[in-house]
Amino acid sequence: MTKAEIVNKLPYSDPFLFVDQITEVSQNHIVGHYTFDESHDFYKGHFVNFPVTPGVILLECMMQIGLVSLGIYLLRDKNFDLKSNSTVAMVDNEARFYKPVFPNEKVTVVSDLEYFRFHKLKSKVKMLNEAEEVVCSGIFSGILKPGDE
Amino acid sequence: MSQDIYPQLKEIIQPYLPEDVNPDAISPESHLVTDLNINSTHLVDIVLDVEDAFDITIEDDELDKMETVSASISLIEQKLAAR
Repeated sequence: MTKAEIVNKLPYSDPFLFVDQITEVSQNHIVGHYTFDESHDFYKGHFVNFPVTPGVILLECMMQIGLVSLGIYLLRDKNFDLKSNSTVAMVDNEARFYKPVFPNEKVTVVSDLEYFRFHKLKSKVKMLNEAEEVVCSGIFSGILKPGDE
Repeated sequence: MSQDIYPQLKEIIQPYLPEDVNPDAISPESHLVTDLNINSTHLVDIVLDVEDAFDITIEDDELDKMETVSASISLIEQKLAAR
């Protein structure tokens, strides 16, 4: 499976796709990036006169790259199609925020798998800004179930 | 043997109980999901903790053998005996 195929298999689209590209992937590791374009609607209201990317959106971006994209790769040989027969759900995240992310900033998400067993994927995920500073880091878990199980 | 496993298993289960379930509610007959309200993702955590605590491996298709406390104890005993 190519890195572009992983992005194509993500079950999100504009305005809720927060993955531009996957740049590294292996059985226990994934790296991807996303640029928060200033045209995003949420900047109008978060905050008034002071646009900052909402923390929940950062978490979503980390989840889409660090959990869902990695899961799509790990389940590449299974019948795992999140657009038709399969399911994904976030179940847990313990995250800490360190830096704000402003409009037009590019972030990189790095995820290191802890385990993927009994459909539960748990990973250590961090988000870095262009200065390579950690913006947010945490431990994320989700359930990923192929359609035929 | 199971006398040793039971208190250890109880200790493993406790942190995954929902806030409204009293740890005293754990009994050998307890069904982890329906009686103790443990969600399926925490069930996975319990299995992983059990693997570490007893140094055994539980296969993916054996999750349904850990539905109750006593069934879990039997599975752990079986795994320990086969080691």
